[in-house]
Order: sequence, then C-alpha cells, then structure tokens
Amino acid sequence: MTERPDLRTLASDLLAADAAKIAGLMLAIYVTYILVGVILGYSPGGMVNTLRRLTFLVAIYSMVALALNLHWGYTGLFNIGVAGFMAVGLYTMAMLAKPAVPTGGAQYAGLGLPIPIAILGGVVAAALAGFVVALPALRLRADYFAIVTIAFAEIVRLLYTAAPFQEFTIFGYTTGTGGGRGLLFNFRDPMVGLYELPIFEGATAFVNRFIEFSPSQAQAVLYTAVLVVVLAAYYLLLKRTGESPFGRVLKAIREDEEATNALGKNTSAFKIKSFMLGCALMGLAGILWQFRRAGITPSAFRPHVTFYIWIALIIGGAGSNTGSILGAGIFTAGLFEGPQYLRRVIGSQISVGQPPGTFADAVGPMFALNFQPIVAYLFNNMLTLQFVFMGVVLVWLMQNRPEGLLGHRTETAAAVPLRRRSDETAEALAREETEEASDR
Amino acid sequence: MSETLAHEDESSAESERTGEGVEAVLRVEDLHKNFGGITAVDGATFGVERGSMTGLIGPNGAGKSTVFNLVTGIEDPDAGTVRFQGEDITGLRPYQVANRGLVRTFQIVRELPNLTVFENLMLPAKAQGGEALWRSVLPGFRRRVVDEERALRDRVWEVLEFFEIAHLAEEKASNLSGGQRKLLELSRALMLDPTMLMLDEPFAGVNPTLQKKLLERVEELNDEGRTFLVVEHDMDLIMNHCEHIIVMYQGRVLTEGTPADIKADEEVIEAYLGSEI
Repeated sequence: MTERPDLRTLASDLLAADAAKIAGLMLAIYVTYILVGVILGYSPGGMVNTLRRLTFLVAIYSMVALALNLHWGYTGLFNIGVAGFMAVGLYTMAMLAKPAVPTGGAQYAGLGLPIPIAILGGVVAAALAGFVVALPALRLRADYFAIVTIAFAEIVRLLYTAAPFQEFTIFGYTTGTGGGRGLLFNFRDPMVGLYELPIFEGATAFVNRFIEFSPSQAQAVLYTAVLVVVLAAYYLLLKRTGESPFGRVLKAIREDEEATNALGKNTSAFKIKSFMLGCALMGLAGILWQFRRAGITPSAFRPHVTFYIWIALIIGGAGSNTGSILGAGIFTAGLFEGPQYLRRVIGSQISVGQPPGTFADAVGPMFALNFQPIVAYLFNNMLTLQFVFMGVVLVWLMQNRPEGLLGHRTETAAAVPLRRRSDETAEALAREETEEASDR
Repeated sequence: MSETLAHEDESSAESERTGEGVEAVLRVEDLHKNFGGITAVDGATFGVERGSMTGLIGPNGAGKSTVFNLVTGIEDPDAGTVRFQGEDITGLRPYQVANRGLVRTFQIVRELPNLTVFENLMLPAKAQGGEALWRSVLPGFRRRVVDEERALRDRVWEVLEFFEIAHLAEEKASNLSGGQRKLLELSRALMLDPTMLMLDEPFAGVNPTLQKKLLERVEELNDEGRTFLVVEHDMDLIMNHCEHIIVMYQGRVLTEGTPADIKADEEVIEAYLGSEI
C-alpha cells in the first residue's frame, strides 16, 4: 500500500482547499458584522450575540442546503417540500418529548420520552415521510414530482394546524399538535445540563472576566457550537456519500436515469434511499432549528423556508457540498440578515427624513424630481424589500451564473482518486513488459 | 485482455436449440408492440446463436429499435416472450436484464455528460459493496469499499487501454467527439462483462479510422465468445462482418440467413427499395 500516504495528502489538500473557502467566507462575514457592530456601537455582549445568531442561522441553513444538495445536486430530485420534512421532524420530536402529564400552562401532553430518543424519532419520522412521498411519486417526471413534494409540505403544515389534531388520543396515549396555537417545549433543555458540566465552569469564569455573559447567553453560544459540530458531521457524511459507489449511481441517475438503469442499476431503489436520507437530514435540521425556542410556531414552516434553502443552494451551486455551505453563508449574511443591518447602519449615519404614508405619495414627487420621499419610503420598507432583493439575485444568477459559485458538478464520484493507477498495476505492467521482452 | 474481462463459464447455463441444432443464446418469440394505433412490432420471431455476430437490418420504421427496447426491458411487449440463456426475461426491468448479461448500447449515445470517462466506466461494475449506503459511509466498512474501488480502478484502466481511450480518462464525457462517445459507450457496456451485447447503430457517424478501430474491438470481443446483435444501416459493414443476418420489415422478420443468402433475396431488395409507392 505505497499509495496510502499519497492518498492522504491528496485528501487533506482537497479538504484544506474546501475548508479554507468556508473559513475565508465566515471570516469575511464576521469582520463585516463586527464593523457593523462598531458603527452601531454594540457592547461586546451584543456583538457576540449578533455573531452567534449569524453562525446559528448559517449552520442551520447549511445543513438543510446540504440535504437538498443530496436531492437535487446529486440525484436530480426536485424537492420543493423541504419545509414539510423539517416540520415532520420537529413536531414528531416535540410530541415524543413532551411530558406525559401536562404541567402548568403547557397545554398538551406528549409521550415523555428522553430527548435523544425523541430526536431520533423525529429523524426517522421525516425519513418515513420521505418514503411515503417517494414511493408513488418517483415514477413521475421531475416537474410532477416537484408538485407532489410541495403539495406534501402544505398538507403537512395544514394537518399540524388543523383543529382535529390539536389534541387526540391514539393507542391510549393522549397527545396533540397544538393546532394553530403551536406546541410549548416544556421539557428540560439539554443545553442547561451540558452547561452545568464541570468542564465549562472554568471556561465560563474565564470568559466572564472579559465579557458580561448571562448563563442563558452562554448556553446559546454552547448550542451554536454544538450545531457547528453537527454541521461538520453532515458535511462529512454527504462528502462520503458523494465519493462512493452509492453516490456514483446517484450522479448517474441525475445525468441519465434510463441509461443508468440499462447499465444494471435499480434506479428506483437508489432514488428512494437518497430521498429518505435527505429527508431525515432535513428533519434533524428542522429539530435543531427550533429546538431552543419556547415552542413551535406553526407559521414557521410556510413554503418560504423551502425557497430560502433553494436560494442558498443556487448561490452556492448545486452539486457541491462546499458550495452549499458557502451559499448558505452568503444567503444568511447578505440576503437574510443583511438588509436590516444595512438599514440600521444607514439610519445611524444619515437622516433620510420622514417616509410618506403611501406608495403613491412616494412615487408622485419623483415626477417633480423630488426623490427624497421615494428614498425614505424604500428605506422604511427595507425588510419587505428583502424579498425583492432575493428575487433580483435569483434572476441575475439564473441568467449569468446558473451553476452558482462552485456547482460545476465535477466532484469525484469514486472513493479513490482517479488520476493515477495504483502502484501495483504499474509494477505488474512493467513486469509483463520485461517478460514479453525476454520472451522475444 | 486479462482474465478479469474473460468470459464467465457458460457450461452451467441452460441451453436452447434452434431448429438447425445450434444453440440460441437469445430467443424472441412472436413479439408484439403497439403504440396507440401504430403497430411497431408485429409478431417478430428470431434466435441469436451463441458466440455469433448477428446483424439486424431493415428499412427505417421496420421495428428494429423497438425490438431492442422490448428485449432489454425499456418497453414491455404487448405479447410474446423473450428468452435469454434459457430464462424467460419478458417484462423484466432494464437493470435486471443487464445484470443477467444482456447489455445494450443506444442509437443516440447516452453518455453521462457531467461524469468523467473514468466515472462512466466505473458505474456499471457489478457487485460493488459500496453501493450500499451504509458501507460507503460507516468507518471501518469504508476501508473495504476503498479497496474495492482500487481494484475496480485497475479494471477500468484495462478496458480504457483496450479501447485506446485511456488518454481521455479524466475528460468529462460531454467533451468527447461523437466517435469517442461510441467507444465510451461500448467500453462502458463491457464493464458489465456481458454474455451478449446488443449494439444499436454503433458505427453511425463515426469516421472511417475510428470505425475500423471500433470494429476490431468488436471482433476481438466476439472471438472471446461474446455474442453480438448489431443494428446497422451500412450494408457493406453488415455483409462483411456478420455471419448471420436477420431482416425486419414492417414489424416482422422478413427473412434471415447468411450474407450470401440475403444478397440474393429479392424480397430484401424490395423491402429496401420499396415495392410500391
């Protein structure tokens, strides 16, 4: 195995290049937001909070974008029901974890299972939901499959908010989705337990010397760190999936399903497995996304979530795992969080004046070459305009760079580098040649 | 060729006899297929002798490509049976047919455009443990998958060298010329180590030099004992290289025989030139 070290250096080179891209982008984002914080005069604690929230969102969006990349970038499955699978994961987890006997204001009962089991249950439920959608739908062409997925997501959301399921009894257990009111998370936060571990005591004391940190803030930072670790696991899992015979079949299906089938691969089985794995990962991301909130807000799973993820994936480039993370970073820092910070920064520096009450009042003075009202109006509505920005970016990308930042779809589809043959063959060939020569 | 590509032991395979007492590896019986009101295949019956190079000819619309699709499971026949090595494979899915050793190429090359030539060839390899997701991702098992991949990589190199396209290994398949794609598709089919290959117009649009190369490879594989069924419109090619020719016309087998028989057959000439307007 003379090849081993060679392989390892190659792998580490690649990893370094990809890690450097991600690290570089995150650094740029952090520096920008620290500057923003300085301009806005944030306290160190506030600054940490801003960066933590940013990291949290980037991590969550990256996870879902990676899962969607498995569907679309690798397998060519057009899934626009992402929010639905996230909802299945989260709701299932909550219903499994909530105490069997409701206490105080926490309305509905659950099964009272330990949190890790509840999370696992949520992930499995999301995967099963994926199976249910995939089984009949995979016979359909890509565009019809897409319609089935978005229909599924909406059905899921409407079922979870429907009154009949607000509270119901099944097999003698009473539980419920909370309907339109959502569910309160009245189970113990594992982060509190983690935070109370002795190893963190020293660290907390150390950090508190510089920055005033409440325990809840510290727990939030700790949770974000956990998410970054989970994201790394997602990345590794999907990188391995892509660089394997399994991933090779997925990519072949994306390129030409019929030809792949004619080459001896049971394409339906591969598509179902790929779809279920992606849905499971979406379910887990859905759980981690809302886990530390006070409860589930049903409106959180409206279709716009799905389209955020799609924008992130398209920016980064479908077909690239690193691209998915970069896309999520750029989307979150630029398009999702960017506008409101931009507004605050501009507002802190200059006065744009009183905005007019209606759009007509804003547009009208333009004809008299008075642009102040329209500027003030747009400025005041920056958060709404966010969606316009997203649309503009999407249109621009589709016309000028449809493959995104990294989506050249050339990631290796094998578990070994394909550049050179292994040394054994080279040796064997050399031996054969000398033998042939001596025969003559 | 090394033994990795050599033929499987066929003695165990159940054999069938055609009327003349020769073994037919593929036996098509009274195949029918309608598309809406159009009858594409209308009772086609023929056998392909084991180890032979058989030509399938006929005017456009005679049903040749449909027969290919029916035999390889891309379409299901309305009636009739397909037997391969004695086993009834009628209605099996394409991947099941391919895994039984009957592999086809397409009239319009179906390369996997965004994969490299190398990846295109790695794909069809049979019995890849790493195609089970858990083996590919779990530590410990992953190592075995890597070893398997290494062995496969060596096999791919051999096939690439056999077809003299090793220099294109890292090229994206979409960057290949038309003729190179034909080579790619044939070499990819060979990765399944097939007993029988069905080639749909393998020489169409290939320049003469490459055509010669492709033909040499096909003959070499035929000499190894692999059976070929070739659809081709170039009569010289068919007459010079096939030992047996099946002529299809209007969804049926018009006649079959040796090149000399076919050349002398007036019906065939009529079918090609048209008997009436």
